[in-house]
This record gives sequence, C-alpha cells and structure tokens, in this order.
Amino acid sequence: MSADTPSTGDGETMSETQLQARVEELEETVAQLEADSDQKKMTIVATQGTIDMAYPPLILASTAAAFGWDVVVFHTFWGLDILHEEKSQRLQLSAVGNPNMPMPNALAALPGMDRMATRLMEKRIDDNGTATIDELIELSLDQGVELQACQMTIELMDYAEDDFYDEVTVGVGAATALQHMGESDIQLLV
Amino acid sequence: MSEAFDSTETLDVKGASCPMPVVKTKQAVDDLNTGSVLEVVSTDSGSMSDIEGWAEGTSGVALLEQVEDGDVYKHYVEKTD
Repeated sequence: MSADTPSTGDGETMSETQLQARVEELEETVAQLEADSDQKKMTIVATQGTIDMAYPPLILASTAAAFGWDVVVFHTFWGLDILHEEKSQRLQLSAVGNPNMPMPNALAALPGMDRMATRLMEKRIDDNGTATIDELIELSLDQGVELQACQMTIELMDYAEDDFYDEVTVGVGAATALQHMGESDIQLLV
Repeated sequence: MSEAFDSTETLDVKGASCPMPVVKTKQAVDDLNTGSVLEVVSTDSGSMSDIEGWAEGTSGVALLEQVEDGDVYKHYVEKTD
C-alpha cells in the first residue's frame, strides 16, 4: 500500500483514469481489511486436567470453530493430560475441595472417593448424551482447531511428544501462545 | 408460522447435548448446496438458543424457523451465499 496523495508532484490533479484506479485499489484494501476482521480469533489456555476443567475449553473451542473462528487451545501443566492419548481416557474428578459435592471433605479425602466421584460423573455424562472428551478432541481437530501442547511442561511432566494425539501441535511455548493471544478477540484461562 | 420447510436434508441429533447440535449442524450445512435447507431435529432444549445464536453469528447461513414440538426441537437452516 502506498501513501500517495490524489495530486501528482507538479501540482496537477490526477486524471479520471488514475483516480478510478486509485479508488479501486482502496476498495480492494478495505474489502481485505473487512475480510480479515470478519474472522474472530480465540485463544484458550487450558491448565487443568480434571473432567470438569477439561470440558469447557473443548466445548468452547469446537463451538467457536463452528462459528468459523480461528481457535487455538494452548495446553500446559495438567491441561496436557487432555491431549495425552492414554491419560485423556481416564481423567478424574476430585471429590475434595468442591463444596458442591454432596459429601464433607473429611469423607471425600478417603481412598477411592475420587474414583467414585469420577465414575458417577462418567455415568451422568453418558446418561445425558454429553459428548466424551475423545469425541470433542476429534471434533475440534476436524474443524481446524489448533490444539497446542506446551513443550516446557511436556518435558517437566516427563511426557514424550508421541504420547499425544497425532494432530496435536508440539514444540511450542509461551511466545507462540502469546502471538495468537495478541491477535485474539477472546482470551481465556481455564 | 408452523409450516415445515421443504428441507433437503435432515440431521438427527436427538439425545445429543451441547455442543453437538450446533457443531453437527455446522458440519451438515457445509455439505449442502447454496439455497438448500437443513432440518435439524434435537431433544436439547438449549439448542433453541444455541442454534439461533450460532446462525446469527455465522455468515452463509440463515435460520428460517424453529419449532418446538413436545420434547423435540426442530430447526430449519438455509445455506446462503
């Protein structure tokens, strides 16, 4: 794009043809800018790996993709488990520290209670026709959501790059996440 | 209005809950030709608001009609230019 003014250097005004060309050029630029700003962008940072914290990023990401948005979910710390092929099959729900659980913390802390809370939630998910984590990951990837796994925490948690679903983006860090976040209309930390 | 539209395709998402009705609708609309109408049959009461919101925020689709029929929610979505 040039910063030309409508008049030429020697003070003469542009010819009609030149003006017409200039108008067309500007119209094209405006159309391009409109097209660019039309597509919303969203970045979600997923830091938790319990069932209740795994769902919201995936549900929002897959839905946003259905709106045609450009979506990145950056997974770090326990959020990596959502993308871990093996661990994502058995994400847990904690019975402790959640006052909405119908049991006191002292009881919830007993061995096996997390397992029980998890099984109850899994049954509810099934009964309710709620999609599984697997299905949501596949749906997100199919729709072009970029699922990123933070390289530093992959190493910190002692995971291997091929522990994750094939289409997951590895080898990325905070700068990559920030780059997309900076361009995003919506940024969420889960 | 209660007339059903002449739909080209029907998408049955009965039993599925959020976000499936919206996401599956989007995928089904992608496969349609312009001007075709998709009928979406859902049992998710949230789909009334969700599909409306999705259609409003998405270019290339028009929500023609939503019908509540007992426990079933029907949505008619046209693929536009």
